Amino acid sequence: MSLLNRMTLLAMMIIAMLGAGEPALAGLGQPSPWQLGLQESASPVMTDIIWFHDFLLYIITAIAGFVLALLIVVMVRFNARANPIPWRTTHNTLIEIAWTIIPIMILMFIAVPSFKLLFLQLNVPAADLTVKATGKQWYWSYSYPDNGEFEFDSLMLKDGERKEGQPRLLAVDNEMVVPVNKIVHVITTGSDVIHSFAVPSFGIKIDAVPGRINETWFTATKEGIYYGQCSELCGKDHAFMPIAVRVVSEQAFSAWIEDAKKKYARNEGLPSTAVASAQRLPQ
Amino acid sequence: MDTIAKAHGEDQHDHPHGWRRYLYSTNHKDIGTMYLAFALLGGLVGGVLSIGMRLELMHPGLQFFHDSHMFNVFTTAHGLIMIFFMVMPAMIGGFGNWMVPLMIGAPDMAFPRMNNISFWLLPASFTLLIISLFVEGEPGAPGVAAGWTIYAPLSTTGHPGPAVDFAILSLHLAGASSILGAINFITTIFNMRAPGMTMHKMPLFVWSQLVTVFLILLAMPVLAGAITMLLTDRNFGTTFFTPSGGGDPLLFQHLFWFFGHPEVYILIVPGFGMVSQIVATFARKPVFGYLGMAYAMVAIGGIGFVVWAHHMYTVGMSTAVQAYFVVATMVIAVPTGVKIFSWVATMWGGSLEFKTPMLWAIGFIFLFTVGGVTGVVLANAGVDRSLQDTYYVVAHFHYVLSLGAVFTIFAGWYYWFPKMSGYMYSEPIGKLHFWLTFIGVNIVFFPQHFLGLSGMPRRIADYPDAFAGWNLVSSIGSYISGVGALVFFFGVAHAFMRKQRAGDNPWGAGATTLEWTLPSPPPFHQYNELPLIK
Repeated sequence: MSLLNRMTLLAMMIIAMLGAGEPALAGLGQPSPWQLGLQESASPVMTDIIWFHDFLLYIITAIAGFVLALLIVVMVRFNARANPIPWRTTHNTLIEIAWTIIPIMILMFIAVPSFKLLFLQLNVPAADLTVKATGKQWYWSYSYPDNGEFEFDSLMLKDGERKEGQPRLLAVDNEMVVPVNKIVHVITTGSDVIHSFAVPSFGIKIDAVPGRINETWFTATKEGIYYGQCSELCGKDHAFMPIAVRVVSEQAFSAWIEDAKKKYARNEGLPSTAVASAQRLPQ
Repeated sequence: MDTIAKAHGEDQHDHPHGWRRYLYSTNHKDIGTMYLAFALLGGLVGGVLSIGMRLELMHPGLQFFHDSHMFNVFTTAHGLIMIFFMVMPAMIGGFGNWMVPLMIGAPDMAFPRMNNISFWLLPASFTLLIISLFVEGEPGAPGVAAGWTIYAPLSTTGHPGPAVDFAILSLHLAGASSILGAINFITTIFNMRAPGMTMHKMPLFVWSQLVTVFLILLAMPVLAGAITMLLTDRNFGTTFFTPSGGGDPLLFQHLFWFFGHPEVYILIVPGFGMVSQIVATFARKPVFGYLGMAYAMVAIGGIGFVVWAHHMYTVGMSTAVQAYFVVATMVIAVPTGVKIFSWVATMWGGSLEFKTPMLWAIGFIFLFTVGGVTGVVLANAGVDRSLQDTYYVVAHFHYVLSLGAVFTIFAGWYYWFPKMSGYMYSEPIGKLHFWLTFIGVNIVFFPQHFLGLSGMPRRIADYPDAFAGWNLVSSIGSYISGVGALVFFFGVAHAFMRKQRAGDNPWGAGATTLEWTLPSPPPFHQYNELPLIK
């Protein structure tokens, strides 16, 4: 009874915290203070990840709660005072088979939606546009191979460079820009060490490995700015190479492309890749 | 069991005394004691590093470290020290050395001199790791900041200074030490069991050590190979892991995790054995499903070798490969479940006494379950896409190691301390230590699940401001566990000063293994006449 009360209390506390925590500074595309769960979804894949995670959370909470309940029952019923003479049971074939078979069934129950999600993530559909993200110590460079010969660097804004409302350690000078509701094919590589390109709201994370090209995809369903951080330790300033993706309307995207072609054109001085490698040389 | 010869110290004089007794030691108990003392030192250093990290992460912004390189050096050293210089020496070198010969009725380990070199390689290895903290790693900054996983190319071109070389040589020595120890244990357990002690009568702690040392024997050489290739890539112009020369950084990850995943079972399986002994002792009831328990450990060890790439779901592996590793990884939950439920079943119908070792063991069973079920979440590549390299992973592996393995080490410490020292520890101090640690570590690591879910990456010295709340909570928890550690050291000192004799068997009828038939502490040489197991 008291256990039940305590669990109800805990559940109420968690609900209260969820209620109080989530909407505070509810930034779509970035974490909120005291957040408990995954970031809000802005892509079909992330919606499925959230569903699958919630599904797993019910199962694992039930399992952990079951083990806790068993331990409490054991401690209450079979302590030395309550049960001074121990039983001599050491085997029970039926129960041993049960606790082998039932977990297998639970795992099979988990595996079905797990594979569905995995195939959704890894089978890259025919894309509307491709963005190449190159991880460098310690910033990202983006190029749009379908949309012209330009590449630009995206560096974290330092203290004093940020405008009002831009989040610390997440905001960058030049965001990656993509159109809303389009299938975006992301290819990544690393130019020095391994980095990892991650945007939590889109449910993507893919390593940027030197000598390899990796791919993933997303469809952003809402306009806005979505933040992520480098997710593979890459040296001193690993914490300071965020990823920012600005999702805009199709018209705005076309306009941005035209603008970017001029702004980041390769004939404007050195090509930016050469700049990047020149920066690395003195090391 | 009733024909045990009690050596009454007639041979106490024919061994070296003073520092020679330890430096030259070939005695499994003295070597075990040195391993335990070494693990205490390692735990102290590793623990101070972790509190340093939590101090930095308590508030957003950089407070204590002037750049995040040094913070990454702390995470790297914390990981390596806790694994190689705390948990492994405590569990295998310490309790394994002490208790395996006593439990199987053997006078000593099979190769006593090799036992000596196994131990003495460790201080040398530790020294090399400490040196690595003071020589250049990343350009212009001392220490290895590549994480305990030392992924290439961050550990090759990313660390031009010699710090990584020192760390590699340190790991080589630690690995050699473990392999020698493993050979010693395998030989001892296979050949030196007392008459009548068949494999299926061995205590589960001995089974757990046997499984563990096989994992060491098979996994450590792979690490040695990988880090040797790293060493030659760094110094002799080979390009195993360098794409420009035809190599591949992912080769290092595959080799590393082929070692690394069995390694995490190396860290926890001896704990399974200890918990089995302790639960049976304090329930005054034999272990439920002994054979299932023994072979569950064998199964966990075996499957542990074919799941390595679940650490690598985001590196760009094909769908089929990821699907395979999802299934293989989830299979491990089955034998693990068998163990959890068998411990509960051992207690079911028992007559439980909540002495300090039992508190740690019960705490372990619950917290390991929590860490285990988040492992099932992470096993699914689909959702791991969101959680890989976040604090969710940090929370998961600290639940199974910091709250799992370390809880079993403390359980074993309190369980065998009376046997090893001859003195009884103080129950109130032991219980205070347990509750402070239990509360502290849960406050440290439970909120880290929330941080990970909301997207906070691992291994960062400064984080976006939204993560401030749970980081503050987590840091406060680490100070509470730090106080718990002080209570532990005080308790050890207190027990040695109080000198309350423990007697041969302080735990009563539940303690049925052979070590409890010997005096506390056991004589320098035990079993002058081998015990006969009925």
